[in-house]
Amino acid sequence: MAPEISTKNRLANGGYYRSLTRNMILTVIVVSLSPLILISSLIGYQFHTSYQDKVLAHLQEIVRKHEQNIDSFLNERLANVAMLVRVHSLERLSSEAFLKEALSLFREEYGGVFVDLGLVDEHGVQVAYAGPFELKGVNYADSEWFKRAIRSPFYISDVFLGLRGLPHFIITVKPTSARWLLRATIDFVAFNSLVEATQLGTTGSAFIVNHNGDFQTRPRFEGAFHRELLTGFLSRKTLEERVAVFENDDPSGRTFLYLMTPLKNGQWILVYQQAKTDAFADLYRARRWALVILLLGGLGIVGTSVLLSRRMVQRISRADREKEMLNEQFIETGKLASVGELAAGIAHEINNPMAIMVEEAGWIEDLLQEEEFEEGANLDEFKRAVKQIKIQGKRCKEITHKLLSFARKTDPKIKVVQLNDLVEEIVALCEQRAKYSNIHIHMNLMPDLPTIHASPSEMQQVLLNLINNAVDAMEKSGGDIDITTRVDGAHVVLDVGDTGPGIPQSNLARIFDPFFTTKAVGKGTGLGLSICYGIIHKIGGEISVNSAVGMGAVFHIRVPLPKIDGETGTPRS
Amino acid sequence: MAMAVVMLVDDEVPFVETMTKRLTKRNLTILSAFSGAEALEKLKTQKNVDVVVLDVKMPGMDGIETLREIKRAHPLVEVVMLTGHATVETAIDGMKLGAFDYLMKPCEVEQLMAKVEEAKRKKGAQEQKILEARLKEIIGRGRG
Repeated sequence: MAPEISTKNRLANGGYYRSLTRNMILTVIVVSLSPLILISSLIGYQFHTSYQDKVLAHLQEIVRKHEQNIDSFLNERLANVAMLVRVHSLERLSSEAFLKEALSLFREEYGGVFVDLGLVDEHGVQVAYAGPFELKGVNYADSEWFKRAIRSPFYISDVFLGLRGLPHFIITVKPTSARWLLRATIDFVAFNSLVEATQLGTTGSAFIVNHNGDFQTRPRFEGAFHRELLTGFLSRKTLEERVAVFENDDPSGRTFLYLMTPLKNGQWILVYQQAKTDAFADLYRARRWALVILLLGGLGIVGTSVLLSRRMVQRISRADREKEMLNEQFIETGKLASVGELAAGIAHEINNPMAIMVEEAGWIEDLLQEEEFEEGANLDEFKRAVKQIKIQGKRCKEITHKLLSFARKTDPKIKVVQLNDLVEEIVALCEQRAKYSNIHIHMNLMPDLPTIHASPSEMQQVLLNLINNAVDAMEKSGGDIDITTRVDGAHVVLDVGDTGPGIPQSNLARIFDPFFTTKAVGKGTGLGLSICYGIIHKIGGEISVNSAVGMGAVFHIRVPLPKIDGETGTPRS
Repeated sequence: MAMAVVMLVDDEVPFVETMTKRLTKRNLTILSAFSGAEALEKLKTQKNVDVVVLDVKMPGMDGIETLREIKRAHPLVEVVMLTGHATVETAIDGMKLGAFDYLMKPCEVEQLMAKVEEAKRKKGAQEQKILEARLKEIIGRGRG
């Protein structure tokens, strides 16, 4: 705020305080919230990334282990079959009894993993078979797996339904020089359970697909897996990471994480899928809490800053008002003092000529008593005129004396004051104005009222304000003003009562507030009573008012009696 | 013989002149002075002055100062202070310094007459006492 704008303007302009409040609130909020937000977002981001990395690394580790498990499972099963082929001759393998025995041995050893065993010749005809199905003599020449298996020493097929109509896959082993191969069927359910064992959280599951995206195991949860992901995985250039990570949204909008790793020499792909919200559940929970705390803290800061700023601005505005009031009081006192000085000067200057005029008139009066004038025709007229001059002179004298006594007391110095005298003086000053409004002032002054310590000019001001207010209140209706002085305990009490319209209850509390006025704009400053309040409080007194609408108003002023010195009985100053 | 010899001291010449006429007419012998210094000067030669009517507010040597000087040089001369309302306090100070009384300006000539007579009586009584004391002393000495 520019310095040339006075306090008064600021007071008149509530906008100043509003913008002050706003600026304070904004400053507090910005200063306290911005580091909070910066720190929490920085730490949040760091925590987020590192936690995510950690979770991903953990998942990758699990998937890698799993992949190793599955690979070793497949390799072991392959080794089982290869063992049979290597150890036993074709003749023995062609014997169904031997195959049955071998199968039961396998089943005993590895649970229900092996379903059946069969020997297939180079034409694709199953020449020997051991297992639950009637598959002896079946020709596999046209089946996909046979075409591939006959060309390589080992082969593990994709999952297919085959002749039996159940999902399964087969392992074949063909001796290097042989024209036949041994086929073993692996139970899909057993294999499936091996893969399914990898389940984490509520949505985490693993499954195997081949390059075409055909499920090789039954996924626990379909999720949003589709072929494009697979193409993405297969087309990636770098194979540094064995386990690749992808993200994809499912139709319902949930984001899933996919971890993929090649199996079975890259023919199959092990896919682990988990909803992101599930995988990072802890992270998200922590983030939610942090957000809640941040939000509550922010609200707290905003609320506190608003409250504090409001309170502080209220204090400031109160201090401003008090300062303004003090200023006004100071100016008022100064004004009164200079008016007083002026009045005193004029009164004194007028007093001397007035004295001479009165004396001259007296001299004429003296002369008129001489004999030579006894016969004068207009003697009586002369006498009357001279008497009139003297009467009017006396009137002037009274006026100048009032002015002089008023001026004499425009001084804020504390003196010994006889309240009764002050009351009489002020009443004499106000009586004329009151008379015009048909108001009668009655004084009921306690004789021998103890003196008090106060500034006579300020006490005059208080009395003048109170009487003027009373006169203003009854200007139209007329009425009575009663001024009473009395002693009550250790106080001198002055009551100024009027028979005016009274003060409404709602105004009583604010009546001593500066700038509170019910008078017309330009008529009252709203400072009169607040100045009285200030003056009376300064000398340790109290000012109060009793009033009700239609009952008039009584102002009470209580001023403490000066402390008496025990021995001398003189007031201590 | 005049009732009393009164010296009027005021810087307002017309006031002093009119007052002189009026008081002379009332059988007082009036001496006038227009400043404190002049009054003191005249008092040195005029030993028969009974009462000084002294304006408090005068340029130069003011009433209080004049009063102090008068009382110092002529303790028996009574002084009546004449004052505007604003200087009542000075008048009170004056009485503490030995002034007989004070009057507020403009005053009734009768009031002034009354005060002067009173002052003159007091002065007379004072002189009487001094005379008696002196007589007593002489008598006492005679006996001794």
